[in-house]
Amino acid sequence: MADTSVHPTDQPGAQQPLPGLPRHRTCPFDPAPEYARLREDAPVSRIAFPGGGSGWLVTRYEDVRAMLADPRFSSRVGLTAPHVRPNPATLPEVPLPGALLRLDEPEHARYRRPVMRAFTVKRVQQLRPRIQQIVEERLDAMERAGGPVDLVAELALPVTSLVICELLGVSYDDRGTFQGLAGRILAVDASPEQSQQARQALGSFMAELVAAKRRTPGDDLISTLVAQADADPDGPLDDVALTVLGSLLLIAGHETTANMIALGTLTLLHHPDQLAALRGDPALADRAVEELLRYLTIIQFGLTRVATEDLTLGGQGIRAGEIVVASLPSANRDPGLGIDDPDRLDVTRGPSAHVAFGYGPHQCLGQQLARAELQTTLTSLFARFPGLRPAVSLDEAAFRDDMLIYGLHRLPVTW
Amino acid sequence: MRITLDQDRCCGAGTCVLTAPDVFDQDDDGIAVLLDAQPPAHLAAAVRDAAARCPAAAIRMEAE
Ligand code: HEM
Ligand code: SF4
Repeated sequence: MADTSVHPTDQPGAQQPLPGLPRHRTCPFDPAPEYARLREDAPVSRIAFPGGGSGWLVTRYEDVRAMLADPRFSSRVGLTAPHVRPNPATLPEVPLPGALLRLDEPEHARYRRPVMRAFTVKRVQQLRPRIQQIVEERLDAMERAGGPVDLVAELALPVTSLVICELLGVSYDDRGTFQGLAGRILAVDASPEQSQQARQALGSFMAELVAAKRRTPGDDLISTLVAQADADPDGPLDDVALTVLGSLLLIAGHETTANMIALGTLTLLHHPDQLAALRGDPALADRAVEELLRYLTIIQFGLTRVATEDLTLGGQGIRAGEIVVASLPSANRDPGLGIDDPDRLDVTRGPSAHVAFGYGPHQCLGQQLARAELQTTLTSLFARFPGLRPAVSLDEAAFRDDMLIYGLHRLPVTW
Repeated sequence: MRITLDQDRCCGAGTCVLTAPDVFDQDDDGIAVLLDAQPPAHLAAAVRDAAARCPAAAIRMEAE
């Protein structure tokens, strides 16, 4: 694709200004109501981008899944997020090796396969006792401090950061650095320069770590990948790929799950019947987590792809080069998902084929780890503090409307 | 029922193992493997769920 302009159908004479991506929530636990109307009236609709240009918004479950599984939609847009950021909607430079979120097949699989082994159902099962221990230690600390405490700073972020640090072999003392960088990379109104700077800083941090692990290997994933790379100099992993992969795992591995922990907690506190059901039967933990993932769908602005050829999706023609947004929150509230009353939170429902972790070859690599952390943390938290309650009203809670990943900036709780 | 699994498509996130652990497992590399290509009828619902949830559409079921 030589032409990187992505707004070929902005006709000068178009009368109606195009709407942007629906972002206005009327309830903090629900997506913007506009999505329900779009699913009915205009399931593949044209939207304007804040930095100029326009693209397509896909809101139905069936179309979202079809799109994310279709190799004619390229991932090359990655996290540039032109549908919410005021960046000009131009495609980024050629993706770096190892940048899973931006690569297409067959290259993508070459980098995904070497890391898949660390995130299998079995491997994550083996991590559970250690996750439980980490959670209990944080709950002890909360209990000693006494309420109110900020659940994000004292439980959610420490648990997910400690788990991914131990898995990768990153020192937990560096959490200030990488948590801060994650915040800058994921902020919606970060300028291209700011997010580029944060990305570079994270890259240097990870490059140093890769070098350190080569000198002194440990029992961790980065060391394993370095050893694998050195044993196979013709293989896909070079130092750039190792650095990029490590950075992705570190950021994706702590921010998302931490936000699900905090938002999931607040959601249950505001649905006392659901919390009571979970408390009455801890065996519901896996169903409850699956339902919270679906109901809250924290990848709130969906996933972007670019069409590589002219094609049709949901009856709508799309031209090569156009950017298309798959709304995961909308798809997960679509009756087309095949569950009763998708707008109702019901922790007793059986597993659904929700798309909270995406769909297709990029579907979340760390999903088993996320499930284990969520199940352990939520169950232990509500068991430890039977009187847990928010220490602020919903109006005062700091929801992350301004971040690519929804959740809470802070959640003061007491018990 | 007979099941086929296309390992070349598998992206290894393990949903099938969670959904139908008697029928699917993952090898050390994370690629799904079939434990039972002709599972008993009482597992049909679980296998159908696994096929529906598989992000790579790698699982096929055929009635016999
Ligand atoms: C509740 C928590 C999480 C949610 C909601 C979530 C969501 C997602 C989604 C929607 C994608 C697909 C992106 C795309 O198709 O463009 C993805 C990819 C990814 N996730 Fe997660 N994630 C979570 C936790 C984690 C954890 C704990 C890790 C741990 C390491 C992780 C690592 C990754 C990686 C490496 C990818 C890229 C996979 C690829 O492109 O092949 N995620 N995640
Ligand atoms: S659900 Fe599909 S992609 Fe995931 S491990 Fe099983 S076969 Fe592979």
